[in-house]
Amino acid sequence: MLKRLSNKLANPRVLRARGVMGMNQRNLSYIARYNDRRLYPNVDNKLRTKEIALEEGISVPDLLGQVVYQHDVEAVFDLLPESGRFCIKPASGSGGKGILVVVDKSQDGFKKASGAYVQERDIVRHVSNILAGLFSLGGDADVAMVESLIEFDPVFNGYSHEGVPDIRIIVFKGYPVMAMLRLATHASDGKANLHQGAVGVGLDICSGKAVAAVQFNQPIHSHPDTGRDLSQIAIENWPSLMHLAARCYEVSGLGYLGVDLVLDKQRGPLVLELNARPGLAIQIANQHGMLPRLKQIEALQLRRPPLVDQRIEWVLEQWSS
Amino acid sequence: MNSRLPFFFLLFVLIAVGLGSIYYRYAQTGVPLTPGQRIDVWQVEAQIEFQGLGEPVTVTLNLPGDSQFELLEEFTASPAYGVNIARDEQQSKVVWSKREVTGPQTLYYKGSYKEALNPTSDIAPALVNNATPTLLIEPYASSAKAVLAQATSQSGNQETLVEQVVQLINSDNQNVAMLLSRYSRTRTFTLLMEQANIPVKSVRGLQLEDERRNQSLIPMVKVYADKEWRLLNLSRVVLDEENPLMIWLEEQPFLLDVVGGEDSSIRFAISKFRTSAVSEANKVARQNAWGFGLYSLPIAEQNLFRSILLLPIGALVVVFLRILVGVRCSGTFMPILIATAFIQTELLNGLLGFTLVVAAGLVIRSYLSHLNLLMVSRISAVVIVVIGIIIAFTVFAFRMGLTEALTITFFPMVIMAWTIERMSILWEEEGAREVLVQGMGSLFIAIVAYLLMDNQLVRHWAFNFLGVHVLIMAAILMMGQYTGYRLLELRRFKPLA
Repeated sequence: MLKRLSNKLANPRVLRARGVMGMNQRNLSYIARYNDRRLYPNVDNKLRTKEIALEEGISVPDLLGQVVYQHDVEAVFDLLPESGRFCIKPASGSGGKGILVVVDKSQDGFKKASGAYVQERDIVRHVSNILAGLFSLGGDADVAMVESLIEFDPVFNGYSHEGVPDIRIIVFKGYPVMAMLRLATHASDGKANLHQGAVGVGLDICSGKAVAAVQFNQPIHSHPDTGRDLSQIAIENWPSLMHLAARCYEVSGLGYLGVDLVLDKQRGPLVLELNARPGLAIQIANQHGMLPRLKQIEALQLRRPPLVDQRIEWVLEQWSS
Repeated sequence: MNSRLPFFFLLFVLIAVGLGSIYYRYAQTGVPLTPGQRIDVWQVEAQIEFQGLGEPVTVTLNLPGDSQFELLEEFTASPAYGVNIARDEQQSKVVWSKREVTGPQTLYYKGSYKEALNPTSDIAPALVNNATPTLLIEPYASSAKAVLAQATSQSGNQETLVEQVVQLINSDNQNVAMLLSRYSRTRTFTLLMEQANIPVKSVRGLQLEDERRNQSLIPMVKVYADKEWRLLNLSRVVLDEENPLMIWLEEQPFLLDVVGGEDSSIRFAISKFRTSAVSEANKVARQNAWGFGLYSLPIAEQNLFRSILLLPIGALVVVFLRILVGVRCSGTFMPILIATAFIQTELLNGLLGFTLVVAAGLVIRSYLSHLNLLMVSRISAVVIVVIGIIIAFTVFAFRMGLTEALTITFFPMVIMAWTIERMSILWEEEGAREVLVQGMGSLFIAIVAYLLMDNQLVRHWAFNFLGVHVLIMAAILMMGQYTGYRLLELRRFKPLA
């Protein structure tokens, strides 16, 4: 009995020794301590995030327009691009909820990323739902934003089944701490959420090379749909991604931050969204606990806040393998 | 760590207050720790009769001041008399008065008493008590001297002296017979004690025995020997050791005083009944200022608080299962509301009903989602649909003769509607699996909360010991500081260890 239990459950002492952070500790010791509630709107409202990111010269996906009032919902069709490639998001959505991705337009209607077709009235309903606050954090009235679709970089061809692969980097007090690439799978229905079955590929924070991969919490070596070897993944131009992520600290003011990046074919890395409550699955994808690095940064005593370059340098110095 | 000092201080205060108030309610007020405990309550009825002489009358009845007993409630019954019950530290009495009284009169006093939790012991007598012993005339003086001399010669100390005197009074000693020819046995004893300079007082007690009528007080003595008052019975009345004895008169010179009447008599009737210890404890508590409790409220409000005070228990379960175990559920406190509904419906009916309504609601909701409605009106529509489903199930079940299913109406409709709405969104967004995980999580928490909230002991504690809620508060605050792993995280992070 006990033996079977210990096969399923980790020993908390071992986890602690490995520096794995749990949900309670994340909430209490990091989010509550380093993320000022006043600043949450900066990241919870994606329109606002876009605005301040552009001010700081950080590239983001193009905003095609927004729908604010219920009587304007039909106007959403004026905002849609000719190409028929766009996505509609709630400005204050959480956890990727309420994002409608349309990749093509034809006689059958709008083709979703998953391949299914939706009609105009479905889009109107979706926008109404967003405006009514169905997807927003507190159920408050919300704004629907239309963005042009990212033309994702072909380097990931064969690594992602439907949907856009994105890169999540945890930035603590401006220092990139841990990174992971999230690849949609058939099981995750084109979504990049790990608990829905997306593949998480842990990336070495200094080099952008794959260190491990998991799906459904279990280590894997190749993409379950395409069969491509995941250990070959190495993100090009990694230092620029690190820079981009680190700058988001100044943009948002949040000490414990999840930065979601996408690689656009033409424009390079773009900041997709910022997250004040990034999840813990990144530790499993990296096969490594996050706490030692967080503690190392907390122990730093600096006279003045370091610049982005200094922080990147420090990370490379400390954690290069 | 310095900043956490106030927090720990707060915790300490909460725990101290909680435990203190529980202890006070238990030890001082006498609220039992387990529900359904019963105690004996003695109901003593004094019936006073006298003949009115056509003039103003004042009847004074001295009431017992026995520290072994606690008064629960008292009544008087008397036709058109002015009644005043006076109570102070020394004595308590009830006084009836009327301007003009003729013919036979009957007055009643009825008091309910329970045995005291913490009887205070009698205080030591002042030394001056027997400073001037009653002067005896001859030949009783010499008889008394002789008895005492004999008793003294056969004893070593005060205590044995008392015993010797008692033995002598019960024997057929010549000198004792002489004394008894003039004084009662009790009076003889007190006279002898006075002569021997041992503090003594005569008291009168009432033997408490169920279904007794026409009882009168039994004369007894209290004698101070070996640093405590001992109660002795010297009369010929045989006391039943099984039943308690209540000292009715101790310091007061008389039991009944009738001014303006004649042929007065008093008789006692005694009955015993068993009653709920909680409600009797609260009767006592209501009499003192510190006995704050919910029992002083009207019954309707009491019942309201009975269910409201179960919510902290549910909250504790939610906090525990979410922070320490990591169960996922939909809606933070939805499980508590389901659990309170379960209390009304019984577990199995509730589970079945809840699942049926939510399942049927999900099917109808999926149709509604095709109608392109705004969210507020859609949820409102779901509320009405839920009511419809509940009516349909209830009528159907009633026709089938399943009266248990009628309790389904206890489910909070709006909560059900929101649950259906959330679940259906979850279904569209994250798939059926997540709906199952969160739905099961919610039901699991609700069941655990229900099992606790339906427990008789828990209900008893939640309502009668408000300190429990202070302790729950402390526990929730403590859990709010817990940064360790959740139980389910140990499984989640298994690949890392």
